[in-house]
Order: sequence, then structure tokens, then C-alpha cells
Amino acid sequence: MPEKVLMKGNEALAEAAIQAGCRHFFGYPITPQTELAAYMSKRMPKVGGTYLQAESEVAAINMVLGASAAGIRAMTSSSSPGVSLKSEGISYIAGSDLPAVIINVQRGGPGLGGIQPAQSDYWQATKGGGHGDYHLLVLAPSTVQEMVDLVSDAFDLGDKYRMPAMILADGMLGQMMEPVALPEAGEKKLPEKPWAACGHQGKREHNIINSLYLQPQTLEQKIRDRYERYHLIEENEQRAECYQTEDAELVLVAYGASSRIARSAVNKVREMGKKVGLIRPITLWPFPTKAIQKAAKNAKAFLAVEMSMGQMVDDVKLAVQCQVPVHFYGRTGGMIPTPGEVLGEIEKILGGDR
Amino acid sequence: MSVEKDLNIVLAGFGGQGILFAGKVLAYAGLQEGKEISWLPSYGPEMRGGTANCSICISKEPIGSPLVVTPNVLVAMNLPSLDKFIDAVEPDGLVLVDSSLIDKKVTRTDVKVCYVPATRMAEDNGLKGLANIILMGRLYEELPFCSEKNLDAGLQKCIPARKADMLEKNRQAFELGRASKE
Repeated sequence: MPEKVLMKGNEALAEAAIQAGCRHFFGYPITPQTELAAYMSKRMPKVGGTYLQAESEVAAINMVLGASAAGIRAMTSSSSPGVSLKSEGISYIAGSDLPAVIINVQRGGPGLGGIQPAQSDYWQATKGGGHGDYHLLVLAPSTVQEMVDLVSDAFDLGDKYRMPAMILADGMLGQMMEPVALPEAGEKKLPEKPWAACGHQGKREHNIINSLYLQPQTLEQKIRDRYERYHLIEENEQRAECYQTEDAELVLVAYGASSRIARSAVNKVREMGKKVGLIRPITLWPFPTKAIQKAAKNAKAFLAVEMSMGQMVDDVKLAVQCQVPVHFYGRTGGMIPTPGEVLGEIEKILGGDR
Repeated sequence: MSVEKDLNIVLAGFGGQGILFAGKVLAYAGLQEGKEISWLPSYGPEMRGGTANCSICISKEPIGSPLVVTPNVLVAMNLPSLDKFIDAVEPDGLVLVDSSLIDKKVTRTDVKVCYVPATRMAEDNGLKGLANIILMGRLYEELPFCSEKNLDAGLQKCIPARKADMLEKNRQAFELGRASKE
């Protein structure tokens, strides 16, 4: 086990991406993500990689598309308004069946919004953002250690399923320091990419990376094939952490930063002898419906806790299928809920005796 | 305030006073001690030309929210910071005030307040810029949350090799702070 060091989430994630074999990073500064790009600018030249500050977010994501088409592990990072700008490119990457990793260190929106932590890009991340029928793999870390661990998963899953993957973090996780064990340095063996447009030296047919299909029959078939992969992912890649859910009458559902606060609230009500648990989705797409459905067999109610006006709660409701009530508590605009606020909401639902 | 309790610390002052650095020293010392720790800086408009502050949690249990809303330790290095956070301090909490920069006395009677003229002490002892560490010394004397060895290891972790000459000065400042307790 390597020695634990204190690092900001943004920097730890950047280092982990390099350890995962990322050698091309295209960025553009935006708070609260900037340390990630800054770290890459220092480290990439030392590992023989490329750091490029593009002229805009739109340019950066298209550079990712190009590098990825050549079979290279490429990444870009931004925060909410910047990810909106990248959405066109993300749709093209999905339509070209390319892997790529996109980091969103979320801040308050809409518009320029604010710079404090938020989780109001859930819909954008999981329901599209760009145009067309497509999905992203969406992973949601809740600690600096998970910022590290999930980035290599994002690269691996993206390569496995040939699709873009997003790490949906937030300003709190990006800015905070926690002890973290970085992966051991060493050459990682990366998967072969026989589809890559990286020069055929006259030895094979040339590969074409493209998202334009003018024949509707062809395009429909392309999308249907892609959706078969999506179904496979929904079947096999759901991830969630279940905390004290076995006997829980009320199950909180929260991801990322808000899951930390929800967990503190669960600990407090457990001390009062109340049966409350927490499901923490680690994959937001595919959403961990299986874990929710399992908990719904015994639970009397659910409570989604988010730093938004209620976005993930839609997916909780879809998973619960009206079997029990699904409540919501959220703060937004950069406000972080306190465990006390969540506790109050829990007591309200349980018909508190305070 | 007992050292057995989990520490939820807010350090606050002007940008440039070494608030974030002092927080890092505490965090690293806690890490060496085998505790769970988190460090969260304020960022953005709060910092520019105004107050800088930083939340540090040192706990036996995994840390929920790293944002400290109700600190049990407050270190205030300027008046706006004291005014901003004093009402949020938990009853029985510890408040350290740099009394060379803050004239005001704390009116609350349910918290323990230590007035340390840290900035003046730093200047008088040729340790300009190390008022932050003097205050950390006093904090440690009031609440020795880790061993002296781990505290020193925390200092060593935070001072980069190219500034090795600063280590001794930081140690001196830390000891000055400890000795300020009568």
C-alpha cells in the first residue's frame, strides 16, 4: 500500500489519469476545476504526454475526439458552463463510438451561475446534454480517493464499450484535500484498438471514424446496435454502495458530495435507534436500479438528497415504480446542505417525535 | 472543549496570512496520527481581496461534510473573520484571536477565548509572516490532538525541500505559540 498523501481532488484525479495511461489532455481553465488542468500542464511534459490549452472548450473536446480516434487515451475537464459548450463534441464522440473521459467538476448554474459546488448537471450528464440517442457512462466519486479510483475505471469502461465516460464531481470534491493513496507508477497495459485511425501502412483497409449516416436505415441500425451495448451495460455495470440498508425503513439516496452529508445524517438517526440507510449510486448511468429495487422491498419510503432542485430523484422514482413514496430534499446554487437539515427532513418523513 | 472530541476547525484571515498553509500543517499532523482528516479552502470571490478561510476536520470516524459550519475551534486572524464566524462556534469551543490585529474582545461567555498577539510576536522574534504558525502552536498547547513527533512531521511534509531553511523558523514560531499559554 503506497503512503497516503494529502492532495486536492482535482490534482489527485489528474495524477490518477496519467497513471491510467492518459497521455493527451486538452483543457480550458474554469473554476473550480482549474487545478486539474494546471497539474496536467506541469506533469504531462514529464511523462512524454501532451498538455494543450485549447482556445475554447469546444476546441478542447474536438481535440479529444481526434486523439481518441487515433486510439490514444485522451481526456478533457471543465466545470458546468464549460461542459455545456463541450456537449456538441460529446455527442459526436458518442456518435463515432469513441472512448474518451470528460471530467465535470460541477458548479452552480444555469448560465454562468456561480462557482460554488453543485449537482445540478445530473440531467445533462445522464440524459444527454448533446443531441441524439446516446448515453455516457457517468461515474460519481464521493471522496478524493474515489476521484482517483474511478478515473481509471472510466478509461477502462470507455475502451471496453467504445463510448465516452464522464466523472461527475463537484467543486467540493475538486477543492478539498483528503488523504489519498495514488496508484503505483508503472506502465499500464492498454487494450488493443484495431478500429483506430492511426495509419495502416498499407497492411489493412483504412479505418473510418465518422458520425454521419445519411441513410436512415443505416443510422437506425447503428443506433440499435449501440443500444444493445447500452442494455448490456445497464445489466452489468451498475454500481452502488449500500450503507445500513438491510433493515432500513427509510432509504436515503445520494451521490457525490451530498452522499457524505446524507451519511452523517444516517449515523445520527441510527444513534437515535431509527432504521435509516443510504444508497450511494457510484454509477449514475447506468443508474443502480437493482440496488434501489432491492431496498424498495422492505423500505417504507425513500429520500433523495441532492445539491440541485431535484434531478436524480426522477431516476429513483423510476426505479421505485410507485411502490412507496419518494421524497426529495435539496439545496442548490452552490449551497451545501448540512447534516442537520437532512436530519430534519428524515424526522419529518418518519413522523419525528422531537 | 476536550481533545478527545473530533476537531472541526475554521481558520480565517486575510489572503497572504498563511491560513491555508496552517490548515495543511494541522491536516498532515492529523494524518500522521492516523486520524481521518479533510481540508477545504474557501475559493473564489471570498478570497479575492477579502477573507480567506479553511475548514479542517480531524476525526476518528470517516468525515461527512468537510465544510465546517459550526466549528469547535476558530482561529481568527482579522476582524471580519472574527465577526463572521464567532456566532457559529459551538458552546464550549475554543477561539484563538490574533490580538495584535484585532482590538475587539469576544463578548460570548460560553467559549474559551485565547488572545495571542501573534503578528507582533512574529515581528519581535524575526519570524515575520509566521503568525499563523504561532497560533497553531497555541492551538496545539490548548488541544494536543497528536504527538509532538507527528506534529513536527506535519510541518516537514508542508515545507518543500527547496525551502528547508524555513523549517527551523516554523519550529521556533510553533514553540513561541506553545509558550504563550501562561
